[in-house]
This record gives sequence, C-alpha cells and structure tokens, in this order.
Amino acid sequence: MNGSSVIVKVVSLAIILPALTFGLYIIAHGHLTPGGGFQGGAIIASALAIFLVAFAKQASKTLRKNLLSALECLALLGFIGLSFLGLGKSFFFNFLANSGLIFGQAVPFGPNPGFINTAGVIPLMNFFVGLEVSCALTIIVLTMLKAGGDKK
Amino acid sequence: MIENIHFIAVALLIALGIYTLIFKRNLIKIAMGISILASGINLFLISLGYRAQGIAPIFTNAAIAASEVQAKMVLPAPQALTLTSIVISLAVTALMLSFAIIIYQKTGSLDATKSRRLKG
Amino acid sequence: MITILQQHSAALLVALPLLFAFLTPLTAKLNAKLSKLVIFIGLALITLTAAIVSFDVFSTGTKLYVMGAELPSVAKPASLTIPVRIIFEIDAFSAFMILIAALIAVVACVYSLRFIKESTSKYYSVFFLMLAGMFGLLSTGDLFNLFVFIEVLSLASAGLIAFRHNEVESVEAAYKYLIISSLASLMILFAIGILYGQYGLLNIAALAKALRFSFVDVVALALLVSALAMKAGSVPMHFWVPDAYSRAPAAITALLVVASQACLYALFRISFTLFGAFPLIQLIAWAIIILGLLSMFVGVTMALPQKDIKRLMAYHAISQTGYMLLGVGLGLLANNSAMAPFGLKAMEGGIFHIMNHAMYKSLLFLTAGAIIYATGKRNLDELSGLAKKMPFTTIFFIIGAAAIAGLPPTNGFASKLLIYESAYMFNPLFSIIAMIVSVLTLVSFVKVFCAAFLGPELKELADVKEVPKSMLLAMLLLAFFVLLFGLFPSFVVKTIVEPAANALLNQAAYIGAVL
Repeated sequence: MNGSSVIVKVVSLAIILPALTFGLYIIAHGHLTPGGGFQGGAIIASALAIFLVAFAKQASKTLRKNLLSALECLALLGFIGLSFLGLGKSFFFNFLANSGLIFGQAVPFGPNPGFINTAGVIPLMNFFVGLEVSCALTIIVLTMLKAGGDKK
Repeated sequence: MIENIHFIAVALLIALGIYTLIFKRNLIKIAMGISILASGINLFLISLGYRAQGIAPIFTNAAIAASEVQAKMVLPAPQALTLTSIVISLAVTALMLSFAIIIYQKTGSLDATKSRRLKG
Repeated sequence: MITILQQHSAALLVALPLLFAFLTPLTAKLNAKLSKLVIFIGLALITLTAAIVSFDVFSTGTKLYVMGAELPSVAKPASLTIPVRIIFEIDAFSAFMILIAALIAVVACVYSLRFIKESTSKYYSVFFLMLAGMFGLLSTGDLFNLFVFIEVLSLASAGLIAFRHNEVESVEAAYKYLIISSLASLMILFAIGILYGQYGLLNIAALAKALRFSFVDVVALALLVSALAMKAGSVPMHFWVPDAYSRAPAAITALLVVASQACLYALFRISFTLFGAFPLIQLIAWAIIILGLLSMFVGVTMALPQKDIKRLMAYHAISQTGYMLLGVGLGLLANNSAMAPFGLKAMEGGIFHIMNHAMYKSLLFLTAGAIIYATGKRNLDELSGLAKKMPFTTIFFIIGAAAIAGLPPTNGFASKLLIYESAYMFNPLFSIIAMIVSVLTLVSFVKVFCAAFLGPELKELADVKEVPKSMLLAMLLLAFFVLLFGLFPSFVVKTIVEPAANALLNQAAYIGAVL
C-alpha cells in the first residue's frame, strides 16, 4: 500500500483535522450534551481510519499496534481505577462531584446552558472511554487492513 | 397507524435478520444478519423511550411545574440501553468478521456449508 | 484491606477480574515475570473475594450492593419507590454458583500454567474478562446487566475457544458459538425491551412484584427461557456444545462448563424469581422437564458413537445438563403444591448436581486435555495402552468416569440418587429414563477407558510421558473434591445446597431484600 493520489490526500487532510477536533469536543462535552466517550471515540477513530487510507506510508510509522494497545490498556485501567477510588463510599461513587476540585463545581440552580467544570468523575471517565474506543477501533481497522493486504 | 410505523420497521428488520441467518451461507452475510437483527432490536428499544415533543431529561431545577416536566421529559434509560447494546453489537461484529478473515485465510472459502468439518 | 474486601466484596467480585484483565497485558509489555506475579495476585484476590462473599451470604443472608451510592447496602433512598441504581443482589443460590465458579477458575488457572505456552498474557487477560462476565451474571440483580454480563461472558468465551487460531476448526467452532450466543442474547434483549416497555423497570425484584402476566409478558418469558436454554446447551439448540467444548483448550472447556451453568442459573432465576407468581408456571416447568429428558437422552445417544475423546465428553455434558433441568424443573412443578417436599428434594438433587457436574466434568475434560497434551492425538482409535505411561491421569480418569456414571462413593452418585428418588414420586418413567441414561453413560466411559488406557502399547506412543506436575495438581484438587463430596454428601447438602434451593423457591425474600 502506498497511499492515495494527491487529490485524496488534500481532501482527507481537510476532513481529518476538523473530525479530530469534533471528536474531542464530543468527548469533552459528554456530560452536558448528547454524546460522550464512545461516540467521540468513534469519530476520532474514523478520522484515523481516513488517515490510514490516505497516508498509508506515514500511518504505518505513527499508528503502531503496540502503542495503541498499550494506550488502550492504560485508558481502561484509568476508568476502572477511577471507580476504585470511590471505594471510600462505594464502587463507582462520584467522589469529585460538588467537591470544588477538578470538575467539582456545583450545578447552579435554574435553567442554564451547562457548565463544563461540573459532574465530577463523569467527564474523566468519558475521556478514558474516548481514548479506549478510539484506540480499539483503530486497532480493529489496522488488523483488518493488514488481513486484506496479504491475501493469497 | 402512522405513529406505530417504527414498530413495523422493527418487525421488518428482525424478520430480515432472521431470514439472513437461516438462509444465507456466506460467513460475512451471517455476520450482517446478526447486525441487522441487532439494529432491529435497538430500534425497538429506542422507540420505547420516544415521546412526542419531549425534552431532554436533564435536571436543571427548571421554572416549569414538576408535573409538566414529568409529562415532557423523555426516558433516559432506553437510550442508555440502546447505546450499551450498540457498543456490544460492535464488538460482536468485529469479532465475527475477524473470525471470518481467519477462516478465509486458512481455507480460501467463506462458504459455511463447505468449511464445516465439525459435523457429527 | 480485609475490611474493604469484606465491605465491598460484591462489587470487587466483578471489579477485580476487570482490573487484572487490563493490568495483565500492560505488565506483560514491561516484564514477563512481573506479569506472572500479577496474574497470581489477581487470582488469589479474586478467589479470596469469592470466598468472603459466599461465606457472608451463607452465614448472614442475602447481600445487597448498590453501585455508586452513598450507602452501598441500602437498596434505595426512602424518598423513592423503585430502585434506580445498578444493584447487585447475591442470595444463597448465587453464592453457591460463585463458589463453583471460583473453584473451577483456580483449577483452570493452575492447569494452564504449563498447558498454555504461547501468548500467555492475552490468554489470561481474556480469562479474567470471562471471570468478570461470569461473576457479574451470577451476582447481578438487574435484568439489563444480566444481558451485558452474558454478552461479556460469551465474547470472552468465543475469544478463548478460538485461542488456538492456527487450527481452523477452533475458529469455526468459535464462529458457530458466537452466532448462537449473540442470537440468544438478542432474544434476551428483546424480552427485556418488552418488559421495560410495559413496566418501566429493570430491577428483577421490582419487576417481579409489578408483573401482571399479560400476553406479551408471556412472550417475553418464552423468549427468555428459550434463549437461556439455548445458551445452557440444552437439546434442540445443542449443536454448538460439542464443537466449542472439543476445540477450546482443556482448561477453558472446564470454564465453559461453568459458563453454561451460569446461564442455567439465569434460567432458574428468571423462572423462579421473576415469574415465580405466574399462574401458568406449570407450563414452564413442564417445558424445562421435557427439555431435560430430551437432553439426557439425545446427549447420551449421540455420545455413544463418537471417536473424538473431547467431543464424546461434550455430548455427555449435554446429557448431564438434562439431569439438572429435570431436578429443578420438578421443583418448579411442585412449588406450592402437595408434592412440595418431593419437589424440594428433586431441586436439591438438581442443584447439587450442578456443583458435582462442574467438578467431575472439568476433571474429565482436564484428563482428556492431558491425553491430548501428552500424545498429540484426540481420536480413540489412535490411542491405546496409556495406563502404564500415565498412571496418575488414569486414576483421575477413573474417578471422573465413576462420578459421571453415578457410581458410589463419588459425588455423582449422591446427587443422582436424590434425583432418582424424588423423580420416582412424580412419575416412575422419569427415574427409569434417568437410570437408563446413567447406564449408557457408564457404557460409553468404559469404552473410552478400554480404548485409551488399556490394550497394547502402540509404537507411535512409545515416548509418551506423564504430564507436568502443575496439571496433575489441578486434577488432584478436583478428584479430591469429587471423592470428598461423595463421602459426605449429607453435610454438603445441609450447609450449602439446601439454603440455595430454599433461596430459589423463596421469591418473597428476594423481592423483600430490595423493596
């Protein structure tokens, strides 16, 4: 695989960066708007899939399976570790909500547009889920691309 | 009738999925059958939570009366259920397709009737 | 440390396997020895937690755990009428199954030490994932989590069945297993959707109280029962069992037996607890009994002509599942009727048989795995005269075979006797069929014994040696329990089987613990 023509490369560059940003936005606002870790992670993974198809040569250097699976394990550990940290009260206890620490602001009374600095461990968990999903889906795409490559 | 049209779609999708599972012999088509069946059931779950002119179930201590809010808020649980089930069916599809790839690489065929050495 | 374990044991039962499932591949990237250590610590902690949970439940009664709540042992705040959070509810029957699962997990892990040589970190990672699914399925009190954990369990099982992916048969078996199990779990999900659409509830206890048994409820019940019977490997949809059991690595086959029994647990939980007050529950009871009789008979008749040693044992696993279905089905039939004492006895037999089956069947699969490990052959025609080469494996095989055929002094005899006695009170035919199946099982295993262990020593098998010590240790552990439970059956029945049967029958207590 040598990647695609110039036209495909330029157009995909124009798509990849906005798609990555949009994916990050969806992850970061998971606790306020529809969406969250899985959806944002899937968007990031599709941007990476476009990258893989258009820039096959560069992608094989940057997106390595070992690195991705290590990141995936780290993200899963972060998720489960956060829920273990709640063990003072109970498993999965939201110990950051309303605590004044990171994401610890109390939600103000009355209708409001939503504040990003709220909801405790939920945004952190969203972040870990997003990392995990984007890595896992990219690994799936990589594996299947490779399997198609060395066909008899 | 028209407000129940999504349930007709559910029935069609489930029937299509089961038809694919029973009558198709290609391993990829069987995986597609499972996916279609799963989307039928996902549609069923999500349509349980549908409420005409509903509002998002986010608690903001809004000024409108509690009874009005209760009548308008959509149920969050079916959406959570559907999302979970989508994630699971993604994993199932990925696993099935990778099995199909391995089988194709080893035997050179995707026909379920040909590659079934496990009978008897 | 111990107090945290005790307080949060119900959640840790699922959380610890998950933690170690993600930790194992990460440490394997750093250091191979470190990852072995992590696996050991993980298994020890999980076993300890399982032991604590079941001890707690058997001594103090049903255990509740509410995820993410201020007070995890209180089902709901007083201001609410229904529970909203994810609730784990472990009663005596769940605790009983958790004990079995933990025992077989330890044995399978010890056995795998030498048995699995390549990509160990992946193996143990998925192994822990499978444990998480199993423990979750056994301890959840929520219908939707039941579905999620069944899916986790079946995805992990499919991955492990295909573990030897250079053999195409393993991958095909895994594919077949995955089709059946995802079809079954989608049926379960549809049934959950039907129930949720009517009552807006997912908690099993709350739902059991609210059910009005309308027509669609019955549809949901039929979907749930058929899907779970399919996953437990009962007859009309049994064809995945021989493929999956015979192609998975032997230690995983032992775990798959327990996984099927976990689905059996879910089947009993649905029919006893969720639909316990259903006026036409007799119909379900008869369906379970007929499935049981069919599984017993079809399984054993299909086993007789088999040549592949693990495939033969897999068909026997189907046939033994029939005994459990028969025993517990009779209990369901007799619930709240004049026959109740006999029904309770039949249930004790069926539930005791679940435990015994997990032990002797795992023992038999492990001996089969040892034979395949030592000789590289799985066809009975190519095996001969192994008794001298592998004396310990031979002894363990004899113990396992005696137990599955229901010969005294093994545990199989104890539980089968309970089933024979009580089934006779309902209909002599049940007992007669059960006994005939036992005789046929004996015939089949005598055939295996003569073919593989007796007879002349073959030239091809001249350099066969006894398997490594860790594998023998795993088999010894199971053989010890098989004989111990066979020698003191009444003690075991009194302390753990009877509470489990009573917990299953007592629907009101299960509901009352939450609401």
